[in-house]
Amino acid sequence: MSEQTNRLSGGLIDTSKSLQFTFDGRSFTGAQGDTLASALLANGIRLMGRSFKYHRPRGLISAGSEEPNALMEIGTGAYREPNTRATVVELFDGLTANSQNAWPSLKFDALGVNDLASNFLTAGFYYKTFMWPRAFWEKLYEPVIRRSAGLGSLSMQADPDSYDKGFLHCDLLIIGAGPAGLMAALTAGRAGAKVILADEDFLFGGRLNAEVEELDGQSSADWAARAVAELRSLPNVRLMPRSTVYGAFDHGIFGAVERVTDHLPATAKAGLPRQTLWRITARQSLLCAGATERMIAFANNDRPGVMLAGAMRAYANRWATTAGKRVAVFTNNDDGHRTARDLVAKGVQVVAVIDPRENVRAIAEYPLFKGAQVVGAKGRLGLKSISTRLSDGSLKSFECEALGVSGGWNPNVSLTCHQRGRPTWHDDIAAFVPGGTLPVGMSVAGAANGDMTTHSALQSGAEGAVAALLALGISATAPELPRADDTSINLQPFWYVAEGKSRKWIDFQNDVTVKDVKLAHQEGFRSVEHLKRYTTLGMATDQGKNSNLGGLAVMAEMTGQAISQTGTTMFRPPYTPVAMGALAGRSVGKEFKPTRLTPSHHWAERQGAVFVEVGQWMRAQWFPQAGETHWRQSVDREVLAVRKSVGVCDVSTLGKVDVQGPDAAEFLNLIYANGFAKLAVGKTRYGLMLREDGIAMDDGTAARLAEDHFVVTTTTAKAGQVYRQMEFVRQCLRPDLDVQLISTTDAWAQYAVAGPTSRLLLQKIVDPEFDISNGGFPFMSCAEITVCGGLRARLFRISFSGELAYEIAVPTRYGEAMIEALMAAGEEFGAVPYGTEALSVLRIEKGHPAGNELNGQTSPAMLGMGRMVSTKKDSIGAVLTRREVLSDPDGLRLVGFEALDAEKPLCAGSHLFAKDAIETAAQDQGWLTSAAYSPHMGKPIALGFLKRGDQRLGEVIKAANPLEGSTVQVRVVSPHFVDPEGGRLRV
Amino acid sequence: MLINHPLLGPRDAQEFTYLGDASLLNRPDGMAGGAAQAFHDYLYLRDNPTGEHRELWYHEQGDRSWLIVTRNVSTHEILKVELASDVALSQGAKP
Repeated sequence: MSEQTNRLSGGLIDTSKSLQFTFDGRSFTGAQGDTLASALLANGIRLMGRSFKYHRPRGLISAGSEEPNALMEIGTGAYREPNTRATVVELFDGLTANSQNAWPSLKFDALGVNDLASNFLTAGFYYKTFMWPRAFWEKLYEPVIRRSAGLGSLSMQADPDSYDKGFLHCDLLIIGAGPAGLMAALTAGRAGAKVILADEDFLFGGRLNAEVEELDGQSSADWAARAVAELRSLPNVRLMPRSTVYGAFDHGIFGAVERVTDHLPATAKAGLPRQTLWRITARQSLLCAGATERMIAFANNDRPGVMLAGAMRAYANRWATTAGKRVAVFTNNDDGHRTARDLVAKGVQVVAVIDPRENVRAIAEYPLFKGAQVVGAKGRLGLKSISTRLSDGSLKSFECEALGVSGGWNPNVSLTCHQRGRPTWHDDIAAFVPGGTLPVGMSVAGAANGDMTTHSALQSGAEGAVAALLALGISATAPELPRADDTSINLQPFWYVAEGKSRKWIDFQNDVTVKDVKLAHQEGFRSVEHLKRYTTLGMATDQGKNSNLGGLAVMAEMTGQAISQTGTTMFRPPYTPVAMGALAGRSVGKEFKPTRLTPSHHWAERQGAVFVEVGQWMRAQWFPQAGETHWRQSVDREVLAVRKSVGVCDVSTLGKVDVQGPDAAEFLNLIYANGFAKLAVGKTRYGLMLREDGIAMDDGTAARLAEDHFVVTTTTAKAGQVYRQMEFVRQCLRPDLDVQLISTTDAWAQYAVAGPTSRLLLQKIVDPEFDISNGGFPFMSCAEITVCGGLRARLFRISFSGELAYEIAVPTRYGEAMIEALMAAGEEFGAVPYGTEALSVLRIEKGHPAGNELNGQTSPAMLGMGRMVSTKKDSIGAVLTRREVLSDPDGLRLVGFEALDAEKPLCAGSHLFAKDAIETAAQDQGWLTSAAYSPHMGKPIALGFLKRGDQRLGEVIKAANPLEGSTVQVRVVSPHFVDPEGGRLRV
Repeated sequence: MLINHPLLGPRDAQEFTYLGDASLLNRPDGMAGGAAQAFHDYLYLRDNPTGEHRELWYHEQGDRSWLIVTRNVSTHEILKVELASDVALSQGAKP
C-alpha cells in the first residue's frame, strides 16, 4: 500500500472516506471525490501511459475529458474498457485500472525502441514506406503496424453490461454547468421554463470548483454548490451530472450519454444500466461548454509531469493534490500566474515562473523570469528538471517534478460545428470562437463564446438564457449578478519554442511534432484538412482539443498567413468517445430485432421441430422423428408424405393485405401485371407484381371474397415492401379510387394442407354445409366458411407443392387449436407436419419461383412470365418490362437442372458454362438460384437462370462452384419436375 | 429530424421511410403513345437541387400516410408537410 505523498490540504474531496484501488496491480488509496487521475497524482504517480506511435512514456496533461495521454483499461475480464481517460474516471472502492500500449511493463516498454527510430517514423512514413509490394500491406505491414501502434485492447468477450435509451424534451437545454451554465439555469429555472442542465463532470460548477476566487464574498465553489441546491429545488429543472452532450443534430435534437453506474462499485450497480443514451429534443439550447487550455510546444515537452497550468491548479484546488513537491510554470498569459499563486498558497514550492512576456509582474511570492522560455526538459519516466533560456541569453536549469504550461485557452466550439457552423478567429484571445450557422435554436455563452472571465461568463449565461426564452415567448429577467473577477489574462500568442533539437510535441495523442507539421508543409500538405490527414494531427479520442490550434499556428507561420486565413478543421460528433454498447442500447442479442412467432410455434416446439430464422419470423424448418439422424432424412420423409398422402405446413408468415371498396378490382389491376378486373367472386388468381422499372418485385395470390373485397397475399420477405407500394399507389397515384387497405398478416393463422388426401382430411374439419368437393370447390376457388362447428374461416384451393392442396385460415387465436385439429383429423391418412425445408423442396420440384428467383434482378420474361404482363391495361412496371434488355429473347430464362451424377449435390449460386467452356466471367451463361435433393426424382435438382435456357432443354452444361472448387455436369430441363401438365392440382 | 405530420403533429424521422423526389406523383399514362420514353424520364431523370426539395416520406411506423415534405436539403429545415393524397387529388389524379 502506497502513501498519498502528494496529497495537499483542503479541496472538494472527502478524505474521511478512503477508497482502495489498483493500478497495474499495485494497491493505492484515494478519497471520495477523487478522479482516478487525481488519486494517482496524490500517490506520486506521474507515469500513466505510453504514446501511440513512439511508445514515449507519458503522464497526464489535463484534468478533463480532453486528456490525450492518461488512457487506461478500466475493469477486468469482460468488463474491461480500454482507452478510458483517467481524468474523467470517478474513483470508487475496488476500481481496477491498468496501463495500455506497453509491454512488458509501463516503465520498460519494449516497443519504446520505436522512439529511437523516430528520425524515420515521421509524418507520412507509413504512406511512403509500405507502398510496395502491394500485396504485403494486408498480410504483413498492416498487422505489424497495428500491433505496435495502438491504444488499448478489447476483452474480445461480449459486453456484459446493460445500456438503456431514453427521450427527453425541454424548453432550454444548457450544456455545461460552469459559471455561465449555472447562471443560465438559475435565470431560466426561476422563470418557470422546462430546463435541462447537463455536464460531463460529476460535480457541477466547472472552473468554479478549480479556482480560488470569490463570488459575492463566498468561495466560487460554495457559490456553485448553492446555485445547484437552488436548481435542485426547482421541479422544472432537470440536473444531469455525468452526462456528456456528444452531438447536436437536426431540429434541436441532441445526443447525450449519462454514465449511470460507472462510478459505483459492482455491488451497488444491481438492476441499473451502465449508461443511458438520451435523445434530447430542445426548443432552444445554450452551449456553456467552457474552454480548453492549450500547450506550448518545446523540446521534450511530453515528459511525465509536464501538464497544463490550469489542470495543475485544478488538481491543487479541487482535488488537493500536486504532481510534484517542486513545480514550475511556463505561461504566456496571466492565468498561468494564478497556478503559481495557488500552489504557493498550498505550500508547494514554486521554483520558477517562466514567462516570454516582458511586461508582467508576479502576483505572489515566487521567482519570476520575464522574457524567458523553457527550452528543454529532462526525466524520461518523470520530469526531473527543465532548462530555461533567460532574457539575458543565459541558460538556467531548474529542478522540478512538475511543470504547468499555459498557452492560452480555446473556446469549446465543438458542438457549434456539428451542423454547419464555421468557427471564426478572435484576435483578442488568439482563438476560434463559434461562427457561421449554429445548430437550430443554439446560442453560446461563457468561455465557449470567448467570454473568458468569470464575470463575463456569468453575465453572458444570464443574458443568453433570457434571449433563448424570449424566442419561445417566455419572459425571464436576468438576476443580479454576483460580484466576480473580470480581469483579462493579457495573453501574448506564443505557440512553440524555436530553440532546441529534440522533438517538440503538439499532438500528444498522435505523436505529432512541430517538425511533422513543417514536413507536411514542405511536402505540400498545406490545407488544414490535408495537414490533419497527413500527420494525423487532431484525430482519435481527444479530437485535437489541445493540439489543433498549435498545429495550425505552425502551419500559418510556414505559409506566412494569419491563423484566421489558415482556417480550422471541423469538429464532428461525438464530442467524446461513446461506447458502442450505449448506441446499441437494449437492441442486442435476441432483442436486436423483434422475433415473431407463428401461431403453431409452441405446438411445433412440442413436436421437436428445428426452427430457422426467416427475417423476423421463427419458422419450423423440419420435424425430426425418432431414429432420424440427418436433416435430409426428415425432409425427404416430409416431402414424400405430401406427394403420397398429406402434409400440413404453417404459412401464416405470408403477408396478407385486405383490399376493400368499390374500386378494389381496378386498384388490383394497377398493382398486378396480369389482369384482375374480371376475376369472379369466389376465385383466386396468381398475381405478379412489378417494380415500376419492370423488375419483378413479388408474387402471390389475390382471392376475391366479394365484389368489393379481395385478400392479397405476398411472400414472407416482401410483406412490408409490397404493402408500402400498395399504399403508395393508393395515396399518391390513385387517391380518386374508393379503396381501403389493411395488413392482416398477424390476424390470420393460415395452414397449407397439401397432398392427394388433403380434401378427405379437410372434409372432417370443414362444417358439412360447405361443399368442398372437386365439383363444388374446384382448383383456385376461395370461400368464407366455418370449421369445427361454427368457427369462421377462409378456404383457398391453391397449391405451392403441385399437389391437390388447400390453404385454410382461421383467426390467429385459434391457430394452435387448428393445427391440433388438422393433425388429429389427418392421423388416419398418415398426415405429417412439414417445415420450410420440405416446402422449398416441393416448390423447386414444381418449378415455382420464390425469393431466390425474385431477387430484384429478374424480369417477367426471365421468369417465363413475359406473356402474363397484360398489354391491354396500364399497370405498375408494365411499360418498362418491354425494354430490350428485359425482354431479350436470347436473354436469361428460368429453367430446371438435374445432376448427371446423382451422388454429386448441386449448389445454389453455382455459375453456368457451356460444357467445354473455360470458367471465366466472359463465358458465364447464368447461375443456379435454388437447389435441392429431390426425393421425387431421386437426384439433386435445381432451378436457375440460363442464357436462352428455354431453347436449350436437354443440353448438358456445367455448374461451377469456384468457392469450393467443384464443377458438376447438369442437364437443362423444364423447371416443372413434377406434374408439368398440372393434372394433380385439379383432381 | 422532426417531421410535422399534418394529422399527428411532430414525429421523429425514425418513424418514416424515405422514398425520394415528390415528382413520383406524376406517373405517366402507361397506355399513351411514347410511354416508354415518358416512363424512362419519370423513373430516371431527377433534379438534384440544393436548397428546397419536395420529397416523399412514408409514415411506416405510424399511420401509413405518404407525406410530401418540403425540405431544405442544405439545412434540413422543413418548410412544409402535406398529405400526398391531398396533393395528388388537387393535381387531379389521372387514371
